Amino acid sequence: MIAAKNSISGAILGAGLMLAAGTVCAEDYDAKLVIRDHKFEPVELTVPAGQKIKLLVDNQDATPEEFESNELNREKIVTGKGTITVFLGPLDAGRYPFFGDFHQETAQGVLIVK
Amino acid sequence: MLGTGLLVFREVLEAALIVSIVCAATRGVRGRGLWVGSGIGAGTLGAIIVAFFASTIAAAVSGIGQELFNAVILLAAVAMIGWHAIWMASHGRELAAEMKGVGSAVQAGSRPLSALLVVVAIAVLREGSEVVLFLYGQAASGASVVEIAGGITMGIVGGVAIGFLLYFGLLGIPMRHFFSATNWLMLLLAAGLASQAARFLIQADVLPALGNRIWDSSSILSDHSLIGQALHTLIGYDARPAGMQLLFYAITAVAIAIGMKLWGGASRAGRAQVSAPG
Repeated sequence: MIAAKNSISGAILGAGLMLAAGTVCAEDYDAKLVIRDHKFEPVELTVPAGQKIKLLVDNQDATPEEFESNELNREKIVTGKGTITVFLGPLDAGRYPFFGDFHQETAQGVLIVK
Repeated sequence: MLGTGLLVFREVLEAALIVSIVCAATRGVRGRGLWVGSGIGAGTLGAIIVAFFASTIAAAVSGIGQELFNAVILLAAVAMIGWHAIWMASHGRELAAEMKGVGSAVQAGSRPLSALLVVVAIAVLREGSEVVLFLYGQAASGASVVEIAGGITMGIVGGVAIGFLLYFGLLGIPMRHFFSATNWLMLLLAAGLASQAARFLIQADVLPALGNRIWDSSSILSDHSLIGQALHTLIGYDARPAGMQLLFYAITAVAIAIGMKLWGGASRAGRAQVSAPG
């Protein structure tokens, strides 16, 4: 499931316009996480290195969660029964832990980049 | 209760630090309590509204509504801080002189206090909406009223206490340096907020990262530590910044600094006694 897409840049901010032009037409790798009972499924998610990742987070709980990762430098609220998309990378090979900020005791996972 | 308190504390802390800087920057201004209070009130109301419409915002603009919303309000705060900092650069010395002279409150005059009201409101709105969503989740999962109320109290008391510490610490700066110091703090605050805005736009794939991780200083100072988080809010510290974030940071800092120099006139706000060799 590889979707080619253009990044719509510069429409909102002129600042990055020139620099943005270089990244048009990147290929994204689709990955998916599910949140159920305040836990991530799968706990370890493997994605390829060197490729932009389009990560879908599907919250099947009725309560909101915040997908967060210090290693990935990302945070995004996902409402109860909601789905979000988070763009990552391209990443170097390695382990990138992530967690649910609202339920840190259970909602822990790792993105494994190979 | 501790877990709830900690999360509320982290969110309140970020807003409290920004409010403290605004309070310091408006030292001696008559009626500033009303301005800051209105900002906190508007922000709280906004937080509840934003939390209520969280699903709608998240789903907007093909799923990147949340990032765009955050980026836009962050950049609005950046613009407001920039406006105020530049205004202060041209009037700050008169203010300091008046305050030293009579010791009485200075008239607000044409000072753009509304800009700072917006900054306070945005800070409270951003952190507050997360708190509201979190507490809603806690309540829906059957947490007791005592646990939630206790957590809120702990978090707010802790966050506000640190805000007061910063405020009184800043008041220790000698008066002749005071407004140039708070002005530079405002400049760094704005640059940090711009960097956060860039991070949201990268996350939404609106802007390229220009390098995902220019450096990694998390082993020295983690984003999640108390100091790391405070510095994240105050000067935009990021343990793993993307290139675009650094670009936004630099552009904002330079633009405001140039504005302060240009409109600061003969004021020596920068006080950079450059002693170039030869």
